[in-house]
Amino acid sequence: MPNLETDSKLVTDEYKYGFETLIQSDALPKGLNEDTIRAISAKKNEPQWMTDWRLKAYRRWQKMKEPRWADVTYPPIDYQDICYYSAPKRDGANAEAIDEEMARTFERLGVPLHERNALAGVAVDAVFDSVSVATTQKEKLAEMGVIFCSITEAIHQHPELVQKYLSSVVPVGDNFFAALNSAVFTDGSFVYVPKGLRCPIELSTYFRINAVDTGQFERTLIIADEGSYVSYIEGCTAPSRDRNQLHAAVVELIALEGAEIKYSTVQNWYAGDDEGRGGIYNFVTKRGHCRGRKSKISWTQVEVGSAITWKYPSVILEGDHSVGEFYSVAFTNKKMQADTGTKMIHVGANTRSTIVSKGISAGHSRNSYRGLVQILPSAANARNHTQCDSMLIGSTCSANTYPVIECENETAITEHEATTSKISEEQMFYIMSRGIDEESATSLVVNGFCRDVFKELPMEFSVEAIKLLEIKLEHSVG
Amino acid sequence: MSDADIKIVNLHARCEEKAILKGVNLTINKGEVHALMGPNGSGKSTLSNVIMGHPSYEVTEGEIWIKGQNIVEMEPDERARLGIFLAFQYPVAIPGVTVAKFLKSSTDATLGEKKKSATEFLKELRENMKFLEMNEAFLNRFLNDGFSGGEKKRMEILQMLMLKPCFAVMDERDSGLDIDALQVVSKGVNKLTGPAFSLLVITHYERILKHIKPDHLHVLIDGKIVMTGGPELVKELEEKGYDWIRQEFGQEVLV
Repeated sequence: MPNLETDSKLVTDEYKYGFETLIQSDALPKGLNEDTIRAISAKKNEPQWMTDWRLKAYRRWQKMKEPRWADVTYPPIDYQDICYYSAPKRDGANAEAIDEEMARTFERLGVPLHERNALAGVAVDAVFDSVSVATTQKEKLAEMGVIFCSITEAIHQHPELVQKYLSSVVPVGDNFFAALNSAVFTDGSFVYVPKGLRCPIELSTYFRINAVDTGQFERTLIIADEGSYVSYIEGCTAPSRDRNQLHAAVVELIALEGAEIKYSTVQNWYAGDDEGRGGIYNFVTKRGHCRGRKSKISWTQVEVGSAITWKYPSVILEGDHSVGEFYSVAFTNKKMQADTGTKMIHVGANTRSTIVSKGISAGHSRNSYRGLVQILPSAANARNHTQCDSMLIGSTCSANTYPVIECENETAITEHEATTSKISEEQMFYIMSRGIDEESATSLVVNGFCRDVFKELPMEFSVEAIKLLEIKLEHSVG
Repeated sequence: MSDADIKIVNLHARCEEKAILKGVNLTINKGEVHALMGPNGSGKSTLSNVIMGHPSYEVTEGEIWIKGQNIVEMEPDERARLGIFLAFQYPVAIPGVTVAKFLKSSTDATLGEKKKSATEFLKELRENMKFLEMNEAFLNRFLNDGFSGGEKKRMEILQMLMLKPCFAVMDERDSGLDIDALQVVSKGVNKLTGPAFSLLVITHYERILKHIKPDHLHVLIDGKIVMTGGPELVKELEEKGYDWIRQEFGQEVLV
């Protein structure tokens, strides 16, 4: 039976992360030039090598063109109309009040920052606009030899590691957005897991964009030393605003011999309204490098937000017997556009990769899978299995797949399976005939469809992801 | 008319532009078992779909009264929550959704505020599965996905036992020869039979009516009930087929 009270609650729940934290911020004026970069570097009190590195990236970026090959359309971005640095103003007297306000904001987002409330098995780095505002469980991790801090702190405290690994997976000039990020990145997380350690705590970063017209340029670097293991989770939200905002991130993962990195994302940036006004442009370069023998990198992403997503978490499988995995659920609704997928580059012998992609489109959205499986001549006995499924809800959305397989070693085996389906009237009738309402029935079918991906998420995040998708689906049926 | 009575009055329904039901009248009293037979194309499946509210069928005239409410405008889920159950002849698969998850969702939705604790639910589920000779490994399989005919039948009956409807429609139009399936159906029905449960069995073959003994039998031809009788009519149909009814009514009906 329809229940008005719960119905209206659901409407407000549709994007419950859309609130804004009202604080004074310390921001740079809009616009981008070499002075902006020097100013960012100065705000962060960076060493000269870092400033030089940024400037080099900026000069590179100036010569590059914004990519337009993705299956998405948007008006030109004015890079001079963006604010590249915004941080909560935290001067002596009000410092404590700001810290409390930050804690309250993240508490409201379901991310407790006070150590007394912290989730037992999870350490959190909280990034608010351009800066990391807190990192929990640092001491406990330090005792084990794990470094978990903001990238800003890592530049100061662990320059040798940053210099050794930064841009070693995603070169500065890799692509337009990676170059831009290298020039202006403001914060993100840094992880180093020492040899032989299975990190018993899940590490996570929560990204929050708050200030208006501000771009967020996240930079994350994770290094798993020989024989180590780490599970890392990131979450993202932003206030509901009617103007687009840019989030251009670079994430680099390095797995040395026998190491394993499991990287999970629940991306729930504000997606814009029904008319397609506002929302985040999520232009992200994520790449992992299986550098050593028998190393493994696994990406799991649940993408349910952003006006536009341009994102291809990839793995370079260099070490012999290394393993790459990509599990993805991409849900688009309203006028959202997603062009997402992965690249698996097989370099070493006996390397294996698995791709499972589930795209769900509703409303007037556009959802594309784009994938590359590349087997180089050196990759004897490489194997890839790709499963790529699309589901359409309603008749005004679209789904596309652009899979490319390049195989240069004849001992390799690649398999590709793809399906496109609609939720059938018969399925809906059957489920509803058992007393389950239309929205819950849709959600059951969609969750069943995504099962192979959700089971890869850490337990509690899998529950969260299922709930999140349910909320997103509530407004797609009809 | 008492609460549990089912009354179908002058029911007309069409699918796309084709009129299929052309004035069905049927009353099922509390605790009764009715059978509906008829040749292929007479509208038997349509009637079961219309009772449950399939979106492809449109009721153009008439009423269906259950528990004092005319349900023709209700969504299928509302009808289910009112206590109506349709056992499908060909249930669809729902990949990725386990039997356990589905049964929990449907019993919770149907029972509403009276919903059971997980422990009570599991206890009842295990009892019913044991009763239907179903292995517990079933619970982790995906609903109807790759199920054999017999497994699908068990699954339908299991759901009926869990949801405890006051009125069940069983679409058994093709259940003729599979003895195992027939036994499962009759076992389930016999467990629910009682003053609070009414049943309409829809079939093409009389065989099933040896397992489920109807109090009343109706013959549907060309969208209308043309004959109603007691259990003795089953035997007559078995011996003579539908031809004699057709002759009696002087209609050209495709068998």
